[in-house]
Amino acid sequence: MPSTRDIRRRIKSVKNTAQITKAMQLVAAAKMKKAQDQAANGRHYAEMMNKILVALKESAEEGVHPYFSEGKGDKTLVLVIATDKGLCGALNTNLLKKLVNDSIEGEVEYVTIGRKASQGLARLRKTLIADFPIKDPAKFVEVRSVGKFLQDKFLTGEYKSVLVAFNNFINTVTQVPSVEQILPVNPVTLGGKRGFDESSKESKAEDLPQYTFEPAASVVFETILPQYVNGTIYQMILEARASEHSSRMVAMKNATDNAKQMLKDLSLEYNKLRQAAITNELLEITTAKMALE
Amino acid sequence: MPLKLEIVTPEARVFPAKDAEGRLESGSVDSVVLPGVDGELGVLPSHAPLVTTLQCGELRIAQGSKVIELAVGEGLVEVTGSYVRILTDMAVHSDSIDEKAVEEALERAKHVLESLKHGEQQEEVAAVMASIQRSTAQLHVKRKRRTV
Repeated sequence: MPSTRDIRRRIKSVKNTAQITKAMQLVAAAKMKKAQDQAANGRHYAEMMNKILVALKESAEEGVHPYFSEGKGDKTLVLVIATDKGLCGALNTNLLKKLVNDSIEGEVEYVTIGRKASQGLARLRKTLIADFPIKDPAKFVEVRSVGKFLQDKFLTGEYKSVLVAFNNFINTVTQVPSVEQILPVNPVTLGGKRGFDESSKESKAEDLPQYTFEPAASVVFETILPQYVNGTIYQMILEARASEHSSRMVAMKNATDNAKQMLKDLSLEYNKLRQAAITNELLEITTAKMALE
Repeated sequence: MPLKLEIVTPEARVFPAKDAEGRLESGSVDSVVLPGVDGELGVLPSHAPLVTTLQCGELRIAQGSKVIELAVGEGLVEVTGSYVRILTDMAVHSDSIDEKAVEEALERAKHVLESLKHGEQQEEVAAVMASIQRSTAQLHVKRKRRTV
């Protein structure tokens, strides 16, 4: 049985932990608000860009731009967007689990953003070809170099397709790990709902207008597609960041709640022990007195 | 048949704007004039389907008796008979352009450009050039308005 002193010591340490987790929760909550707003604002742009390009892909002639068809090689390039720091619940674990379970066909090479992604993939003994550090909050300029790297790799023709694995932000308590194809151009899901649902796709395919391109289809695609790739990756990073901060906030809130519950239990035990000790002492005194009389 | 216009930037949906209660205003307009690759491009209802790129410059929207002017950046334009969708990296209403702030930004960008030229970091030069173009477009829209 622990002595009152042991319990007092434990109470003190739990209190300290609770204080730290509470502080982290508050910091995460502030960052979460910003990250969520940023993700929500950009989502519409990325969705619309995706929608237009998917429609164009169907009406465009074969081979008008390399980004519309699969590369010659049979390798797949996967960009994994995870967090730099831990203590954010099962976010990174779920993402890596999803990657392992999805088991992409053929040889797969990985590019990572975030320390947890490179560490996790190294543990799984996967081929890692590049790692990009992206600050928080993410800057578009930094993302451009990631986009350029992926596009250059895709244009070498060694890769069949380029996928992105990231945590899709749905709301503060729900984040879904998802793997989306960014090259060749494909419908993607951002923030939980698919910008391009199947039913509208079918109806649109019939009355698809024959677009005129100005000045020429190849020129338009040449300017738009790199922008599309960079913009979409940026949006995916924003979704991942919103997920990260939300998940951390929830994890830290749970930790704080648990610590509080533990404090309650420990104080109860401490008081019980203290009272037992007092009762014992009183008993001893009265017995001693009675023995003297 | 009215023409529906939508202008979206990575930060927000600029047009149709939201009213005080957060509902979307109708995006119906009579015509749109936008800066295209080969000069200005006017779009009226039932325009032939068209996809083109948008240049930095001035965009005019005619809505009833109102004319709305915006400074826009580079982007993509999709026109169908009844829809105009504009995706761009900048879209600012002429009323909300802060001339002084833009001038300062322009100065700063020119300064950065000069310091960069020796190093020849192409990526950065391109980014700064784009920001100069955007600032110039904003100033152009603002100043034109004042002289009228």
